[in-house]
Amino acid sequence: MKNIQLLVFAICTMVFITSCGDDEPMEPTVDFSGTYALADQMGRPAINTVFIPSNMKDTYNETLPADQAAAFQMTIENGLKALSPAYANEGDQNALGLDAAAFAGVLATDVLTVSTNGVTTFYDGTNVLTGRALADDVITVELLLIFGGEDFTENPALSDDHVDANDKPFLSSFPYLAAPF
Amino acid sequence: MKNLNVAGIAIILFAFGILFMSADHIDAPAVSGSSADITDFYAFQGENASNLVFVANLNGLLSPEMTTTQTFDENVLVEFNIDNDGDYVEDLVIQAIPRNGKMYVFGPTAPASTGKSSTVIESASQTVVDITKYSESPISATNAGVTAFAGPRDDPFFMDFAQYGAVVGGMASGFNDPGSDTFAGTNVMSIVVEVDKSLLGGNGSLNTWVETKTK
Repeated sequence: MKNIQLLVFAICTMVFITSCGDDEPMEPTVDFSGTYALADQMGRPAINTVFIPSNMKDTYNETLPADQAAAFQMTIENGLKALSPAYANEGDQNALGLDAAAFAGVLATDVLTVSTNGVTTFYDGTNVLTGRALADDVITVELLLIFGGEDFTENPALSDDHVDANDKPFLSSFPYLAAPF
Repeated sequence: MKNLNVAGIAIILFAFGILFMSADHIDAPAVSGSSADITDFYAFQGENASNLVFVANLNGLLSPEMTTTQTFDENVLVEFNIDNDGDYVEDLVIQAIPRNGKMYVFGPTAPASTGKSSTVIESASQTVVDITKYSESPISATNAGVTAFAGPRDDPFFMDFAQYGAVVGGMASGFNDPGSDTFAGTNVMSIVVEVDKSLLGGNGSLNTWVETKTK
């Protein structure tokens, strides 16, 4: 019994000394501990906003990109057909040569593809979905692909919001975004 | 008369609430308007063509007055995800999290685990930058091929969101010409990270997305 008490005392002392020793040379540390759980996600602009019905927006937001196509392709395809007369007829395509099903398949996986060896743009007339630059008129591009039909000429009243540029010029150097208002 | 005033104020606040909700770029009701609400994500080649730039914007539709007191939330981890082998699963992450007026940027580095839960990879290379205050010139810091900025900026997004809402709501038959930029004159809280492309892997093309994760 006495031995056990001594042992316990010895262990306690060791722990005390060890913890004391740790405290002294410590740099002021910053605590990053803990687990962080998914709250919001985004790849391309306005995919969830435009294509996902209200009652599914939270679910879409909580679905990982690798699982999004299987879960939401059909929803988006139905949404495209309901929203846009440019997909009203069988065989209708957009300017990328994609019909509603194929375009929905591309949209459903909400990642932004970015080139590491070429021009980075959402769409510049030549390159398609190779990034997203600050000045890219992404909404008009999306509207054209939704409403513009095979050659961007269909439904002109719906395929351009006529806001073509930011209200402040961007910077050519880091951090690129304009100063706040 | 006093009751009338209270009712009037309530209606005005309610109307502002609708305006704010409907004009929020994004998206999901559960995070809308919170400090974890992402407004936009950009990825483009930097001024130096060897680099790629990632931008995550939070807290949309800040008025100049609101911007003066807006801060980053220390419980919100902003994570840039990079898939460099085409399976839509992140191979690398760049993590940004604020502590005591500084933004700590970790990576690019392999995540501890992929998917919905993250821990901060403290063993990764760090770029630590003072968070720029409203009236300050932008502060940046560079370490190991990574340059970082964090602070308020003009919202780079532009769209006639109000008219879009009217169109899809069946209240208008088309857009106006010229349109009206719903985001004009508003600010966001911005994190800009410029990375040497050689740190990102891949074969000429990457799949990227940004997440906020909360503690």
